[in-house]
Amino acid sequence: MSTAERLTSLVGALRAHGVRIGTGETVDAAQAVEALGLADRERLREGLAATLLHGTAQRQVFDPVFDLYFPRGVGAPDETSGDRDDLRERLAKALAANDETLMARLAVEAVDGFGGYGNSPGSDGWSSYQTLDRLRPQTLLARVRDDVRGQQGMSGFTDRLLEDELRRRIETFRALVAAEARRRVAERRGRDEIARRAVAPTTDRVDFLFAGKDRLAELRRTVQPLARKLATRLAARRRRAARGSIDLRRTLRGSLSTGGVPMKPVLRRRRPARPELVLLCDVSGSVSGFSDFTMLLVQALHDQFSKVRVFAFVNRLDEITRLLEHGAADPEGLGARIRAEATLTGWHGSSDYGVALGEFASLYGDALSPRTTVFVLGDARTNMSDPNLPAVRQIAERARRVYWLNPEARAQWGTGDSAAYEYAESVEMHECRNVRQLGALVGRLLPI
Amino acid sequence: MFTSVDDVSARLAETGYLASPAVATTVFLADRLGKPLLVEGPAGVGKTELAKAVAEVAQARLVRLQCYEGVDESRALYEWNHAKQLLRISAGRDETWDEARTDIFSEEFLLSRPLLTAIRGDEPKVLLIDETDKADVEVEGLLLEVLSDFQVTVPELGTITASRRPFVVLTSNASRELSEALRRRCLFLHIGFPEEELERRIVRLRVPGLDEALAKSVVRVVGALRAMDLRKVPSVAETIDWARTLLALGADHLDETVVRDSLGVLLKHQDDILKAGAKLDLDAV
Repeated sequence: MSTAERLTSLVGALRAHGVRIGTGETVDAAQAVEALGLADRERLREGLAATLLHGTAQRQVFDPVFDLYFPRGVGAPDETSGDRDDLRERLAKALAANDETLMARLAVEAVDGFGGYGNSPGSDGWSSYQTLDRLRPQTLLARVRDDVRGQQGMSGFTDRLLEDELRRRIETFRALVAAEARRRVAERRGRDEIARRAVAPTTDRVDFLFAGKDRLAELRRTVQPLARKLATRLAARRRRAARGSIDLRRTLRGSLSTGGVPMKPVLRRRRPARPELVLLCDVSGSVSGFSDFTMLLVQALHDQFSKVRVFAFVNRLDEITRLLEHGAADPEGLGARIRAEATLTGWHGSSDYGVALGEFASLYGDALSPRTTVFVLGDARTNMSDPNLPAVRQIAERARRVYWLNPEARAQWGTGDSAAYEYAESVEMHECRNVRQLGALVGRLLPI
Repeated sequence: MFTSVDDVSARLAETGYLASPAVATTVFLADRLGKPLLVEGPAGVGKTELAKAVAEVAQARLVRLQCYEGVDESRALYEWNHAKQLLRISAGRDETWDEARTDIFSEEFLLSRPLLTAIRGDEPKVLLIDETDKADVEVEGLLLEVLSDFQVTVPELGTITASRRPFVVLTSNASRELSEALRRRCLFLHIGFPEEELERRIVRLRVPGLDEALAKSVVRVVGALRAMDLRKVPSVAETIDWARTLLALGADHLDETVVRDSLGVLLKHQDDILKAGAKLDLDAV
């Protein structure tokens, strides 16, 4: 495979993952390859990343795809010991010295030695899970720690950092093993397929509902800039809205200092409309990934809008605006605090939209006015109880707009106990499964 | 400007900027392909410093456009010197209108702002567009013409094209998403926190009096803080500040008391300080 072909298929794989790359960038990348040469793989990686990517988030897709198309080596490693204890021994040394080059080499050997499964062509392959399961790098922690301490002595304050540092190094090694297993599998099954399937999507495309714990922390980091981005966009729109027709009286008054020549036109100020926002958030367990997340967003909106009232519910509804006081809350503990301080559940712990919406309509009707926009955040799964459609209609009548953001795929709506389509008849419902969709939606729907 | 990636690292190092392989490679490419460089990353990792270092290496003049909310064409590009124009009009009473009109829109009355300055003239220049994300969207449109063709159009004078392209660095903290069109015109570089070893060298370079062992401990503690889930993790700038603080305090090694007393240099939120204190067992003794 020539370098040009390799480059274009790399670009193809990245495009398949939603990275937008134009022909111009591909040409730049080719020029970068020419300027840098192929000798130094890490430089090549940085060069291609610089020419092909447009943002930081794309990097986590780029790196594994790059590893597939520009692999460290081909085929099996030259020398393998095949001895588990010997490999563990050498790994312990590499971890103690924090030697990443050595760790990478060991990952190659490990996958070759312990990752292979199956013996008929077509069903065999390499598994990082199996490799790590047999090698158990995490069990080296205590040993490496004692080794390092033995060499350096137990002295000093930084000693207490050692364990966490080693844990991070072991994580690095696990990632190296995963990358190596992907490479070996790709050699057998074809790069393009592996690049498409085995590389995790960028964070902004991860489903809220299926985000694992480690992914959630990542998602949390992406939502903060999103909230800020929204805020600046909103501010910009509001500023633009303030530009209008010329205020002749003030323009003339201002022109006195320039002898009657109106140098600076003064624009008429417009009185800004003050949007009011009401958020109804399902915080039950089934949508925990989603609700953690909306909490962050809600908090960001709370900082931006003068009048936001936030209500949370599982099967009872309570106002939680006071818990979101400006800057005081950390997103980490917020979900837990809401559950602790607000009355959200009655006799059972599963969500009941009917009761919750009914409570909102009857108790907090004063929160609605013709200027309010209501967002309902939840999956509309009522656990077989009455969806209470009149309550939704009542809310829709009294508010200016009602939007429902549903973290489930559209295909799931209406299946089982989902009352999504029934609600969607009275209010506008949007699929909102990941940060990308959320960002697009909130930007479009927010009233300015 | 540069002959190889190694050349970039070596010459930047001479000015006191230690570049990671990613930084050196991208700077080399930006120079070689003649494209602007968009640098993103957290505050305090040396984005602006990079532009300054490149300017120093290239012995070029650094032209800086600091972006802020409300920066506009007249701040970024050019402005007509109205006062001087008025003076010119009232000084020459006898000439015809046509003479006066063409006159007052000439070079003499043009106030060159950073973008125009960077394009005009033959001396080497580095154009730094700092905190691009702070500027309004309209300014990006302005940048598009400048960055793709290195030319500026002044309606009264015509199009001014650069005879010598400046080396352009745009920085952004990603507080606003820059437009796709702008990103396409640039090489993209993300500067994150440096590797442990590089950061140690940076600290040693910037704080010469600090001994090797202490520098190592400093970097390790900062690394541990970055791994925690804090509101604002310390950046390289804070690491250097902390190292200076320790030097000023006369501390020759780290212990609970010293770290606890100086944690405020690294962390800027009270709840972060409490959280980090708990995680590092600062109150255990």
